[in-house]
Amino acid sequence: MRLIAENLGGERGGEIVFSSVGFELHDGQALIVTGPNGSGKSTLLRIVAGLLPAAQGSVHLADAGEAYPSPASACHYLGHQNAMKTALTVTENLDFWQRFTGEPRLAIGEALDVVGLGGIGHLPYGYLSTGQKRRISIAKLLINHRPIWLLDEPTAGLDKASEERFAALMTTHCAAGGIVVAATHLPLGIEAQELRMGEAAGA
Amino acid sequence: MLALFTRDLRLGVRAGGGALTGVIFFLAVIATIPFGVGPDLNLLARIGPAILWIGALLASLLGLDRLFQADREDGSLDLMVLADDRHFLALTVLVKCAAHWVGGVLPLVIAAPLLGLFMNMEPLAIGATALTLLVGTPAITFIGAAGAAVAVVLPRGGLLISVLVLPLTIPVLIFGVSASYGALAEPDPFLQPFLILSALTLFLAVIGPAAAGLALRHGSD
Repeated sequence: MRLIAENLGGERGGEIVFSSVGFELHDGQALIVTGPNGSGKSTLLRIVAGLLPAAQGSVHLADAGEAYPSPASACHYLGHQNAMKTALTVTENLDFWQRFTGEPRLAIGEALDVVGLGGIGHLPYGYLSTGQKRRISIAKLLINHRPIWLLDEPTAGLDKASEERFAALMTTHCAAGGIVVAATHLPLGIEAQELRMGEAAGA
Repeated sequence: MLALFTRDLRLGVRAGGGALTGVIFFLAVIATIPFGVGPDLNLLARIGPAILWIGALLASLLGLDRLFQADREDGSLDLMVLADDRHFLALTVLVKCAAHWVGGVLPLVIAAPLLGLFMNMEPLAIGATALTLLVGTPAITFIGAAGAAVAVVLPRGGLLISVLVLPLTIPVLIFGVSASYGALAEPDPFLQPFLILSALTLFLAVIGPAAAGLALRHGSD
């Protein structure tokens, strides 16, 4: 599978944020998008996911097969928000996403163990700390299979140990033939290409 | 899809879900009418079905603004839009509407016979009104979903949704009330307005979620 972005341009509120951004990722490759605030990292990820229309250029998948007709169907999108309900327990939240998203992979208990939060599944999600909430949404990446992970500031709020654990998860995902695109300010500790935003854009 | 239904239903009835605010509003409206109109029992019985319908209509518009907004605020809506290839977005909206209806509007229908007693209505009138509410209120939820999807980006869109949706719900109100009266007054027909009411619900069950799906897909930023 290849994820191809050609000559991509993004706009927010009628203003061009970036233009002429392109990349091509093969199975097992990772791309880290860096750049100052407001350089369009999140916008780029949302365009790749298909949540925003591209101002110019296009994103498409090649050699993806019938199962993934569009980039949106092949990706996990981890945004700034965690997409969890505070009134439901951790297990209820994850169980919903597992059944809704399809292609289940790890069981919920296993996924919680992987992010180091085994045994808290019965707690309401709203009781958790910021870092724990983030780790639960990382567990959400594991309970369903998607070849492409789109991560927007994935390590925000994580402690050192969790960052390392998450780096290992991304490395495993790439080794299994997955693709990672991550927008971040912090070094993620994985081998990846780097796309610097905000310079070529001529802002 | 069943998972989405149970999740939304659970969120609606759990603390802070606000599913019961509609019932309380409904109760408040109906309970104050006899004080305002005065103790004329015949008059109350005559306007009863119409008042119940208006109360239920306004109460069911009450919780609509949270239908998509809560999911938008925590990012769930993005993931539902992304899942469009697996679950057709309009179908996702339909399921959310169904959960909203069961959690927030069905209690109104169940409360309606009790509130009908406040209005000195006959058993037949109460039965007819409850039946028309049962059949007609889903239409309000479906058309309301389209309004909620349009106003989802507005942080205080609740009133705007009501204003947007209210004109579109007028046909539902007219046929709901006329079917209720048709069951009482002998020369008036019951079946015809009731069937049109059912048709409106079926029609809006298709149009509403499809429109809401389109609005959500193009409204995300």
